Amino acid sequence: MSEVFFRAAGVGKRFGGFVALAEVDIELRAGERLGLIGPNGSGKSTFVNCISGDFAEHDGQVSLAGTVLNGLKPHRRARLGMARTFQLPQPFNSLDVLENVRVPLLFAGHAAEATDRAMACLEQVEMADKARKLPKELTQVEQRRLELARAIALNPRLLIADEAMAGLSNAEVDQIIALLFKLNEAGAAVIMIEHIMRAVTAFSERLVVFVAGRKIADGPPRDVLALPEVEGAYLGKQ
Amino acid sequence: MNANLRFWLGAAALGLALVAGLRLLGNDYGYFAGYFVLQYVVLAGAWNILGGYAGYVNFGAAGFMAAGAYSAIVVRQWLGWDLIPGIFAAAVVAGLLGLGTGYLTLRLKGVYFSIATLCLAVVLQTLVVNWDYVGGSRGAYIIHARDIPPFNSYSEMLFIVMLALAIITTGIGRAVEMSRLGRGLQAIRDNERAAEAVGVPTLRLKLVATTLCGALMGVAGAPLPYYSGYLNPEAAFSLAYAVNAIAMPLIGGAGTWAGPVIGAVLLASLQQAATVTISSALNLWIVGWMLVIFVAVAPRGILGWFRKRT
Repeated sequence: MSEVFFRAAGVGKRFGGFVALAEVDIELRAGERLGLIGPNGSGKSTFVNCISGDFAEHDGQVSLAGTVLNGLKPHRRARLGMARTFQLPQPFNSLDVLENVRVPLLFAGHAAEATDRAMACLEQVEMADKARKLPKELTQVEQRRLELARAIALNPRLLIADEAMAGLSNAEVDQIIALLFKLNEAGAAVIMIEHIMRAVTAFSERLVVFVAGRKIADGPPRDVLALPEVEGAYLGKQ
Repeated sequence: MNANLRFWLGAAALGLALVAGLRLLGNDYGYFAGYFVLQYVVLAGAWNILGGYAGYVNFGAAGFMAAGAYSAIVVRQWLGWDLIPGIFAAAVVAGLLGLGTGYLTLRLKGVYFSIATLCLAVVLQTLVVNWDYVGGSRGAYIIHARDIPPFNSYSEMLFIVMLALAIITTGIGRAVEMSRLGRGLQAIRDNERAAEAVGVPTLRLKLVATTLCGALMGVAGAPLPYYSGYLNPEAAFSLAYAVNAIAMPLIGGAGTWAGPVIGAVLLASLQQAATVTISSALNLWIVGWMLVIFVAVAPRGILGWFRKRT
């Protein structure tokens, strides 16, 4: 098995007196597929914001491929190979689809071949024919694909897909899962934060469960979902 | 011929045509009115770099412009140097002021940033009012020669200098728009968080934009004391500069290099016409009405309105 290349050690976050995340430890190996689940308010997004650099101040240490990320701004983390998508798609609305994907390439030292590379990313998500459309002209699933194309442009070693399937139909969920598999096969480890259990179980080889800001389970999906405390806390059973 | 060369040759040809036309007219008022319009082309183009591309609304244009004007006065008083060194000094001083302002305020977003820039203008005005070396509240005079060969008149010289500054500012705006910097600023305007997440160094780009914006606003102000022969804080920090700097790009089409030029030519010409036919007291009234009309009819400005229809 490959070595640990992403490590979140003792990551915690408080908002005043409220503990949103308490000493969470998560390790990830290169190319691993991790599902992160938990009820609303369990700290999943807080964890994502801590590791992606949106929250500059937090407890614990985050490292990627041996580089400590604490104190680094999100754009520096992106250049080190950490990409993320957002719960709600956040395209650059005044730029067309192609330009949206060119932006990360321009700042990653690929200015000369940015257009060709951006088109290649769009082809990967089957959006090449929409290159000159504006984001507002895209459907929900196309906007999700655009987010993924922008992430692919960063040539990520770790992709954090934060509820990338929220609001999609079953068929659209399958399309996004297929894309995530493709990205994973290309070498990227993926952390999938998701409420759609079908997607999480189909995609993840390991599952982590958060409840009230704490990690309560970590292991193979089948084993984790069978744990009584997970059933009780997440699925609402006693 | 590539697009850059076409732009510069076109701008130079237009500039030469303007100078030749005004020489044929043989009236100093043409230079005077032309200078008035062109100073706003520079000011609006400068505002557009931060406000139009990055979406950070700077209410402190009058402060940066006055910083440029007073830098030119200081260079003249202290070293005896004339207009051109004064313009360079204005660019440096106002650029550093922009950098400092950006460093201190760019962590603020939206309206908070705008209020901070407004405060900067108020603080600067208070400093200048209490600074005797540049005339304090009494103001400062610039005595200049009547004629400066090879120019036909002093007014013509000032017009040509401002024309060159307007062309350079527009060229810089266009270069920013076409560059990686421009794309990064547009990404920041659309969604700063997403821009950071895809690797755009947002703070650094915003600092470059505030510096460039400040420097060009200072450049717009540097010839002002030479133009009027006398400058006091009330005139230098006039509300008209702050309002026009915002209104002109918005009306022409913010976030495009041509928008501020169109807005400045339209609004400044209207104001100049009102000044000579009715009263300059109507100037801000005109700007206010134009803004109301454009917000209702063409919120993306004249260029945006045409693009929507093509």
